[in-house]
Amino acid sequence: MGKINTNAAQINATLISNKRIGQYQQLIINIGDLANDCKPGNFVAISVGGESSRMVLRRAFAISRTSMSATFGGTMELIVAPHGQGSRWLCEQGEGALLDVVVPLGTAFGIPTEPVEALLVGGGYGSAPLFGLAEVLKARGCRVDMLLGASTGSKIYAPMEGKRAVNSLRIYTEDGSMGQMGRVTDAIPNLIADLDVAVIYSCGPMPMLAAINAITSKSDVVHQAAVEEAMACGIGICMTCVVPVADSTGAISMLRSCIDGPVMDGALVQWDKVGRVL
Amino acid sequence: MTSLDFSTTLGNSWFPSPVFTASGCASSGRELAQFFALHDIGGVVTKSVMNKARTGRQTPRMAETPSGMLNSIGLQGPGIDAFIAVDIPYLIEQRARIIVSIAGETIEEYSTLARKLRGVAGISAVEVNISCPNVENRGLVFACDSDASKRVIDGVRRTIGGELPIIAKLSPDVTDLISIARGVVDAGADALALINTVLGMVINLETMRPHLGGKTGGLSGPAIRPIAVRAVYQVHEALPAVPILGMGGISSGRDALEFIAAGASAVSIGTASFGNPTALLTIQRELRELLVAKGFVSLRDAVGCAHRDQDAH
Repeated sequence: MGKINTNAAQINATLISNKRIGQYQQLIINIGDLANDCKPGNFVAISVGGESSRMVLRRAFAISRTSMSATFGGTMELIVAPHGQGSRWLCEQGEGALLDVVVPLGTAFGIPTEPVEALLVGGGYGSAPLFGLAEVLKARGCRVDMLLGASTGSKIYAPMEGKRAVNSLRIYTEDGSMGQMGRVTDAIPNLIADLDVAVIYSCGPMPMLAAINAITSKSDVVHQAAVEEAMACGIGICMTCVVPVADSTGAISMLRSCIDGPVMDGALVQWDKVGRVL
Repeated sequence: MTSLDFSTTLGNSWFPSPVFTASGCASSGRELAQFFALHDIGGVVTKSVMNKARTGRQTPRMAETPSGMLNSIGLQGPGIDAFIAVDIPYLIEQRARIIVSIAGETIEEYSTLARKLRGVAGISAVEVNISCPNVENRGLVFACDSDASKRVIDGVRRTIGGELPIIAKLSPDVTDLISIARGVVDAGADALALINTVLGMVINLETMRPHLGGKTGGLSGPAIRPIAVRAVYQVHEALPAVPILGMGGISSGRDALEFIAAGASAVSIGTASFGNPTALLTIQRELRELLVAKGFVSLRDAVGCAHRDQDAH
């Protein structure tokens, strides 16, 4: 076994910008040269609540994008849904606040060596890291189409500048308040056929990822899924965030979504065994 | 800094620092090695290993609670053979001082594990985890039963007694901790690890069912610290000659010093590493500074000082 999280470091990072975008909060954090090591799919673990907090665990967030600028150096962007105590605390931090971050963590989306047709499927704010991925794929000459879904329109995250990185963007909401009424998975079989999709990248709730995999398993389409499981440490020591995954021999083991994920080969994840005893 | 003898001993094993990882909170060291050199802490207590590979419990396996968390892993691990082949050589290469934690479903399994470890070079001690709360049958928590815990330790002692220090890890979830502690010491334990997690539960109010896949889990973190300090204090009072590896919610040097004062010869850091990968180094530095600030010349002088009437400190 090689080294784990070779690029990861724990640093005090400055929050440069904190803006509300629809139901989400966009945070820009200065992480210096570590931004060069962050790839689409990687995540960050942030300490929340301050020193006297009763919240003892870090919160993990997907890195949606990184950039290098002359003014700030390397920065990363996070799109946060202020649902829980920890994410609410983070979203309340003012510009200039120092955050204790461990970054970059986890696996990244694999980038095809040849320009192929890629379909990106995001659920809720799971779409955020897909826009950064879209830029990388575009730079490789891939055609990039995107499907975003959510229960309702206000939960769709689709920034204007992100849309430029994709050839097409289709939106599905369960209540029909934005885009088409329905689920992202409704459109996938036809898109695979019409666009000759070679790879699907997905990020969102586990049931959505499982539904996508049910489609790709009947085809040659590669499915790279960013999985989601409750995590205590983010660095591989707590063993809580496990997902059942088969190896090449078919043997199934519980792999940590923080070390062997979050991006996993959807074909190897045992979706029907998630949340069960093996 | 004035010179301080920071070293400690558990049984016949010597450690340059009393700050260790806690079993189950550092895997086998590789993950934390990205953040600090494993050689720079007192020792690495590895995740409890069983005879065979084990996949553990279903998710969700954790729930954060006020100043703590519940975990319900269920002793997932590679099995002792793979552990000896892969993890021990790695830790030796890192020049870490290794305490191997073992767990069994039967009394015989503990003896088997001890036998497999006997010939392995580079191990400083064996922690016998008889108190993991995350087993399907609560009857399997040997440390809740005085007779069963004695028999486990007796079996391990017959195999490795005198060769490697045996540290019995006990549960606080018992009526009479001192009698359990006395029993395992009589059976051959050279030291005691106090405490394992406290059995707990969280109900998910969306599903109106237990939140954890395994329903119950082990509570850890600062929430259990006073329970742990009390356990260390009571056991040290009853068995002052038996070294104690104290743990339970330590997240600062001050916390660690409470355990030392209560009677611990060394401390393990668990949940704090989840929240802060460099917690061990920080706690180790703070503990050293505190001991010096309080005028101690050696860690050993501070061990159990809360029991002494008029200590200058």
